[in-house]
Amino acid sequence: MLLARILEEKLASLYRAGAIHGGVFLGRGQEALSVSVGSNLRKGDIFAPLIRDQAGRMAFGDTVLDTLRTYLGSQLGSMRGRDGNIHRGRPREGYYAMISHLGAMIPAVCGALMARRMRGETGVVGATCLGDGGTSTGAFHEGLNVAAVEKLPLVLVIANNQYAYSTPSNRQFACADLIDKAAGYGVASHRVDGTDLSACLAVLGVAVRAAREGGGPQMIVGDLLRLVGHGEHDDASYIDPRLKASPLGRDCVKVAESFSIEKGWATAEEIAAWRAEAKKEVDATAAKVRREVSPDPGDEEWSAISDTRLADNFLEA
Amino acid sequence: MITYLEAIRAALDKALADDPRVFLYGQDIGSFGGAFKVTKNLAAKFPGRVLDAPLSEDAIVGVAIGAAIEGMRPVVEMQFADFSTCGFNQIVNHAATLFYRTEVPCPIVVRLPSGGTSGSGPFHSQSMEALYAHYPGLIVMTPGTVEDAYSMLLEAIALDDPVIFCEHKFLYNHLKAEKLPGQNLPVGKARLARHGRDATIVTYSAMVHESLAAAEELTGDGYEIEIVDLRTVKPLDTDTVLASVARTGRLLCVSEAFPWGGVSAEVVARVAAEGFGLLDAPPQRLNAKDTPVPYHPDLWTAHRPTASAIASATRRLLEM
Ligand SMILES: Cc1ncc(C[n+]2csc(CCOP(=O)(O)OP(=O)(O)O)c2C)c(N)n1
Ligand SMILES: [Mg+2]
Repeated sequence: MLLARILEEKLASLYRAGAIHGGVFLGRGQEALSVSVGSNLRKGDIFAPLIRDQAGRMAFGDTVLDTLRTYLGSQLGSMRGRDGNIHRGRPREGYYAMISHLGAMIPAVCGALMARRMRGETGVVGATCLGDGGTSTGAFHEGLNVAAVEKLPLVLVIANNQYAYSTPSNRQFACADLIDKAAGYGVASHRVDGTDLSACLAVLGVAVRAAREGGGPQMIVGDLLRLVGHGEHDDASYIDPRLKASPLGRDCVKVAESFSIEKGWATAEEIAAWRAEAKKEVDATAAKVRREVSPDPGDEEWSAISDTRLADNFLEA
Repeated sequence: MITYLEAIRAALDKALADDPRVFLYGQDIGSFGGAFKVTKNLAAKFPGRVLDAPLSEDAIVGVAIGAAIEGMRPVVEMQFADFSTCGFNQIVNHAATLFYRTEVPCPIVVRLPSGGTSGSGPFHSQSMEALYAHYPGLIVMTPGTVEDAYSMLLEAIALDDPVIFCEHKFLYNHLKAEKLPGQNLPVGKARLARHGRDATIVTYSAMVHESLAAAEELTGDGYEIEIVDLRTVKPLDTDTVLASVARTGRLLCVSEAFPWGGVSAEVVARVAAEGFGLLDAPPQRLNAKDTPVPYHPDLWTAHRPTASAIASATRRLLEM
């Protein structure tokens, strides 16, 4: 969580320095919820993270190195320059690569879970994340419904961060509470204070276990506030200052740090040392990645088709 | 005798029997056997592998993609091609991009019961091959014979890439063959449906048969028309088209789809670019009209190319 925070701070500074092509979309303020998803999954599970899931991605096995390679367009990154930033993954390892279209990963995770079941695998969980805005898509509705009909071990985590880009919740949905949506599909639901790491870990633990043990799909709504712009280009001037001052506006990293100190799990000095160590790793990795090769258009395999029997037919475009 | 529809069922049956990774997913395809009965009896024969889906085209394709990532070979049935627009996002943005982005192939087949039948109207008649062919990463098949319906569907399932399989509803029960083929042409290869010397008609799917009837009619005037059945519109077998145009010097491209852009425009563009010198007359196109597909049989018959409309267009081409 701390490493994700520090890595994202680096991404922001690289963006400001003009070192990153395209957008940078950060998860500041959402690390506690996100990391709780990744850390409650295990090898063999499926995870389809979304925009603000750097922390969850790393808990599931993504690295500082591959993150930086993807953002900086290194040929050595998992996406080889063909896609960038948050649109990365290693589907063969159960770590799915999101498409931008919000909600679209839900049915894909459902299909993955159906495939695992057909092959006789048990005890698998598939988790995916979404924002409050994403709950308004048709894909959310269709996906959650399929999950319920098929009684799939799907864990859907909604980061209810009060805005979808600039759109506030009262222009996004009219149900009293986002969690009400789950009942309509026959899906179990959980709510959690998304700024509180220990609460998030506990609730995700319960939800993931319920899914794993045959309890069907689980929807979790974590309430929190996005502490950055929608992307680094956005000053987020539309965010209501009263929300910032409310408990929703707490910084989950600070909350977790104070809690750890209070419990005697770590001292302020130790936390400072972890930060310094994380920063060192991130800085060194960024320096290395910036020297790596970019994809070469001359060497690029300009084909979107995998079947080699057909490759010739497509060369004529 | 076996119909085009039965050939599709036979291919699904064989694929399910031969490959445990194959499963079918779509609306009403289970014990009911599908809106057209293509999957009749398959659910009973292959328990747990012919699954009724909710009325959710986006989720149906999304499910297929996730299952394909996990190593399965899902075959999706859209109830009608027209409803695939509700699954369009998953097809063109997810399935089509997956291999290019992640190096993980996406071996799904989306079956589209396509094309017009009398009385079906604007939302149960569309030909959507051009829309999907536009997207990199998709293969688009448009079988026009019983043999192709069978062997191409098996190929579609065997391919590692997402395939849009446009099966023509009009041909379902009209078209019959003696038996199923053993071997067939490779994927992406066009077929000479008729040999000729005076003009080439390039077409596919149900329009192959309208064009054959038109060519028959023109023999009365002493013309021999060559007909190229594209079989797959993507990849597009430009070589076979050019070879035919080299023999005849004249090209008419016929499709049942809307006229703006599309397969016929692509064929004409390629022939103009790569075979301009082969042409003795400007290449021509004949498509459906630029309106939604009308309901009334009289309007519908005038909306799409028929044998007599194709014969007239060919006569005009021959006189140019
Ligand atoms: C289907 C779709 N429509 C529009 C967009 C453009 N878009 C990207 S992020 C975003 C806002 C998302 O809000 P929310 O789901 O609440 O997630 P958050 O950004 O707050 O984490 C929009 C509209 C998109 N990616 N997908
Ligand atoms: Mg939001």
